[in-house]
Amino acid sequence: MTDRLDSEQVRKAMDALYEQIAAQMPGDARIVVVGIRTRGETLAARLVGRLQAERPQLSIEHGVLDITFYRDDLSRREGAPLVRATEIPFDIDDAWLLLVDDVLHTGRSARAALDALHDFGRPRCIRLAVLVDRGGRELPIAADMVGLRVSVDDDARVQVRLKENDDEEGISIIRQDADGR
Amino acid sequence: MTRKASPSSDKTRTDGDFVWTRKDLLGLDELSPQEIVHILDTAESFKEVSTRSIKKVPALRGKVVALLFFEDSTRTRMSFELAASRLSADTLLFSSKGSSVAKGETTLDTARNIEAMGVDIFVIRHSQSGAPHLLARQLTSSVVNAGDGQHEHPTQALLDIFTIRQRLGRLEGVKVAIVGDIAHSRVARSNILGLKKLGAEVVVVGPPTLVPSAITAMGCEISHSLDDVLGEVNVINMLRIQFERFSSSLFPSVREYHRLYGMNAERLARCRKDVLIMHPGPINRGMEITSEVADGPNSCILQQVTNGLAIRMAVLYLVSQATR
Repeated sequence: MTDRLDSEQVRKAMDALYEQIAAQMPGDARIVVVGIRTRGETLAARLVGRLQAERPQLSIEHGVLDITFYRDDLSRREGAPLVRATEIPFDIDDAWLLLVDDVLHTGRSARAALDALHDFGRPRCIRLAVLVDRGGRELPIAADMVGLRVSVDDDARVQVRLKENDDEEGISIIRQDADGR
Repeated sequence: MTRKASPSSDKTRTDGDFVWTRKDLLGLDELSPQEIVHILDTAESFKEVSTRSIKKVPALRGKVVALLFFEDSTRTRMSFELAASRLSADTLLFSSKGSSVAKGETTLDTARNIEAMGVDIFVIRHSQSGAPHLLARQLTSSVVNAGDGQHEHPTQALLDIFTIRQRLGRLEGVKVAIVGDIAHSRVARSNILGLKKLGAEVVVVGPPTLVPSAITAMGCEISHSLDDVLGEVNVINMLRIQFERFSSSLFPSVREYHRLYGMNAERLARCRKDVLIMHPGPINRGMEITSEVADGPNSCILQQVTNGLAIRMAVLYLVSQATR
């Protein structure tokens, strides 16, 4: 059984996420926004675009993180898909760093991203912003800003689709049926 | 999961759907064009790691890479060693000098003994063509060929091809001259194989004694005159004069070789303005290439070395992902 949220609901979730970020963003710090590939990268780009339009006085640096090498399931996979480059060509020391991802589930991606960022420097603080928090954490990790909260079983899949990556906007919540279909 | 379709059908770039599954890298002969491009693209991502203040990622944490060098090498060994350490792997170095090989142990027994210590990846250089292939069949660990006899030197060719793609922005239709001792060169063989697979043209240049006519079976042209090809190629890859082979009658004299096949400023002036001059090293300055050319703006010799690190990181990472 699949629930589909349309582009209007994605827009609302994005608005909610943006409002929380805007409210928590300090005025006196260097701002760094880092998106986790692939859809976190897209979301980060959208958030940065909007922040720069609405708060032109802020200086915001924008990076992209590929967490493949930092995943804890690296040695459990069969075969190697393409690793993309991480692009953080600036200093993150003492910055207010916003980490952006599409879906927060087990917390393992966020954990990997924190480890990766640690290799780049020591930000003043790191905040986690996600479009969808679907629950099911396996690590003590929580998001600071959430666009949409859904509560689904562990075996359900939540997929975010964005125009830039998928040619359409939407969120699919795919639940396993009782008979396993 | 749906993905955006690849914007172009350029076969020298891939989209993200391909998955690498080989446990060994033995040569470019058995690789598909897509596999070669996958290595190049992965290396592209690894270049960034070397620009960080902490030049390390934990991708191979807890893995052991054994470097088995049955034949001398400095830069290839150092490059693999540094690549392994940037991936957080531990390295074991074995060189045949003063080792159990001197006591009569076979290559396979040496490798099996080292594997029994718990090694995940073997990087092997051997004077016998096919030695890495033998080990790959017998060992469960991954095997990476770091040069076998006169057969292949895949990571050198990959870093050459990577550098060409980086500097010229394409491979399809690029014309590459490989100059020197083609008959004995594993670098030439691997380069020809890889370049042809990715749509480049190759002309091999050298004296008839060093360019076997059968090489045309690999799809390349032959020329015995460097001067004839200067104006028509995008890349000139100068192989090292292997002095160790001078005792044979293959070379008339070093001076004559330099006069006919050496790259100098006068010849460079007759090349395309943007011609790329490559050399796998170590250079014999003033022999196959003059200092003016080797250190000039058309040269990418040091860039090749830098890129070699990224290529070897990519190869070690990819083969490690295919075995468990």
